[in-house]
Amino acid sequence: MLQLDQAYLSLGERHWTFNINLKPSCTYALIGRSGSGKSTLLNLIGGFISPDSGEISWQDHSLLQTEPAQRPMTTLFQQNNLFEHLSVWQNIALGIAPNLRLSEDNIDRVDTVIKHIGLHGYDSKRPPQLSGGEQQRVALARSLLRRKPILLLDEPFSALDATTRKEMIELLHTVISDIQPLVIMITHDVDDARALNAQVLNMQNTSVHLAAKSVNS
Amino acid sequence: MVEANTRNLTDTMSPTPSRAWPWWLSGTLSLVLIALLTALPMAVMLLEAGTINWSATTSNVFNQRVVTFSFVQASLSTILALGLALPVALALAHTQHFAGRNLIVTLFSLSLVIPTVVAIYGIVAVFGKAGWLSAVLALFNLEPIKLYGLQGILIAHVFFNMPLATRVLLMTLESISQNQWRLARQLGMRPLSIWRYIEWPAIRGQLPGLALLIFTLCFTSFAIVMTLGGGPRATTIEVAVFQALRFDFDINTAVALALVQLGICLALALLSTLFKAETGLGFETLLIRSHHAHKNYGKTHTTPWSGALHVAVNFVVICAASIFVLAPLLALVLAGFNDKTLWVLRDPQTLQAILNTSVAALAAATLAIMLGLGLLFSARHLRVRLNHERSGHGLQLAGNVILILPPIVLGTGLFLLLRPYADVFSIGLLLVILINSLMALPFVIRILENPVVQTARKHDALIRSLGIHGLSRWRFIDWPQLRSPLALAFAVSATLSAGDLSAIALFGSERVTTLPLLLYQRMGSHRLQEAAVTASLLLLLCLVLFVFLQWLIKGEKHAAT
Repeated sequence: MLQLDQAYLSLGERHWTFNINLKPSCTYALIGRSGSGKSTLLNLIGGFISPDSGEISWQDHSLLQTEPAQRPMTTLFQQNNLFEHLSVWQNIALGIAPNLRLSEDNIDRVDTVIKHIGLHGYDSKRPPQLSGGEQQRVALARSLLRRKPILLLDEPFSALDATTRKEMIELLHTVISDIQPLVIMITHDVDDARALNAQVLNMQNTSVHLAAKSVNS
Repeated sequence: MVEANTRNLTDTMSPTPSRAWPWWLSGTLSLVLIALLTALPMAVMLLEAGTINWSATTSNVFNQRVVTFSFVQASLSTILALGLALPVALALAHTQHFAGRNLIVTLFSLSLVIPTVVAIYGIVAVFGKAGWLSAVLALFNLEPIKLYGLQGILIAHVFFNMPLATRVLLMTLESISQNQWRLARQLGMRPLSIWRYIEWPAIRGQLPGLALLIFTLCFTSFAIVMTLGGGPRATTIEVAVFQALRFDFDINTAVALALVQLGICLALALLSTLFKAETGLGFETLLIRSHHAHKNYGKTHTTPWSGALHVAVNFVVICAASIFVLAPLLALVLAGFNDKTLWVLRDPQTLQAILNTSVAALAAATLAIMLGLGLLFSARHLRVRLNHERSGHGLQLAGNVILILPPIVLGTGLFLLLRPYADVFSIGLLLVILINSLMALPFVIRILENPVVQTARKHDALIRSLGIHGLSRWRFIDWPQLRSPLALAFAVSATLSAGDLSAIALFGSERVTTLPLLLYQRMGSHRLQEAAVTASLLLLLCLVLFVFLQWLIKGEKHAAT
């Protein structure tokens, strides 16, 4: 269970109190107006900002003292998921070895995931040579490789055109069914939520008790 | 699947691995080193100040004259440089299309790369008694101008600062937005209205900062005043400190004048923050960028400045300015080949000086880069990760200490500090390296600040989520991204250090010379042919350092960029 218990944060004029319980292997779509604090919530869980008070825990272990890289989660950002000066292969490999020193096994794993995600033959290309969709594919491949039990998605497909976006959602759906992580995805589009069978979390107030609702109900 | 998750969990929740080094370490090391190099000499100077008879020092006529002259020459230089730069900048802005324009504008940014002593040689070769100008004047039965004294200092200061001011003003003019030109076109504005309502308001904001920069550069100018000035009538504080220390062994006077200089520099620095003026380095580093003509400047159906009179005036102004800047350089290069060329090239003293200069320049540049990166990496953590913009900026400011503590003042302090423990002249080259690295440091910080901080800002979340740090971060993230600005910073630092005369003038000796010092000595003893060859060698060395170092460090460009 991913738990936020009275997690209080103030940023300038604004403040939030989060009380949320999320179950492993479930998919949640986080919906709300821009500025409602969706990204803030993801940043809190991801460890990029710390709450002023309260608790954030996973399977009853507190996450508060843990660096982002050590947390049981990986994030797909809206942009800047890749280093432009590194090759596709290097960008993906960084997911399991931040020093790029990989064992034979891990080299195989990287190669497998590249094939799996449909980027065969792209190994030595650099991100600027890829389309927006391909770039996010590479980032998704890296997230997969990291095998973390929680996947945080911060509108990763919002910059893509409609067709590519649909493809990516389908890809994401396969991936999720395969490894069944807990997914929290920020989105503006209820269709996305439906396509992923996600339960909807609606951000409204500064004091957030998020209760999940199924889209179809 | 739940099992798999829990298994993953155990290895992903492992305790944070111990970091290679904490974020504050590099900044602290740099800060401590800078503090040792500056605060200790300052403290010794302040202690020494207690023993100074201040009323005698201030009532001393020579000292009073020196302070007055420093202000007078700096004010006159500023007025002349700015006053001449304005028409040149306007002429260049109004004439966007002619062959050689880019060359001229690039030429105007050479003042950063050309060592002061080298340019002085060129100025002597053109404006001196035996120079080109005298030859021309003689045709009209006119006396040659007196180069040594105030005139010479002013000519040299204008030579260095007029092009600088011109490029800054030109850049400002060319950044006037298209909207304003569209409006001017609609209203049918003539040149006078354009000047009054568009150009002047754009320039006005830059003038105080630019004037302050030029004033400061001229006020602390050393090499120019030492070679072209001198004597009680034309000595600045900076040179007077040097003379008191090296020729009169009058430590009291040296310290007293150094403290006066320190106070004035501090006031000038405060004034520039008060004006919120861009510090000089901002301007100067901008100049390194290549220049492209601005095709749309003032573009209306027909250019407002296409009348015959405008064209003629612009032509004359641009030609005059170009000749003024180009002639000394040309004279220098031509004079480099003479009867003494082969002799100088085989002279062991020259060869030793070339070696010393190269070693000192490379060492100073390395140290400056290390200090700069040390400060910037900690500042980056403060600014990007901890969101403490102000303290990060504060840390970076430590690199600008040389701006309030001019080299000669710092040198005086170091001299006092080390004198009881060591023969200052036998470690002369080491002290020169230390001082030169501090002189290059503001440029290093200025060049690297944006690349270091901005690239980190872009990818910080990614870097954190992947846990890339320490050596891996340097190797895979920082080095590939910073390579090319690092190359520029290193090349600028090495070139500046190679051309510096101030530190070596203080700590040089028979045993330790560099090319700038050798050139100064040869000019001083009127061995002009040898001086010409030495100047050419120094210019060549600087160009080689500037080009070769960048080529070496920058490496091959990435396929994707």
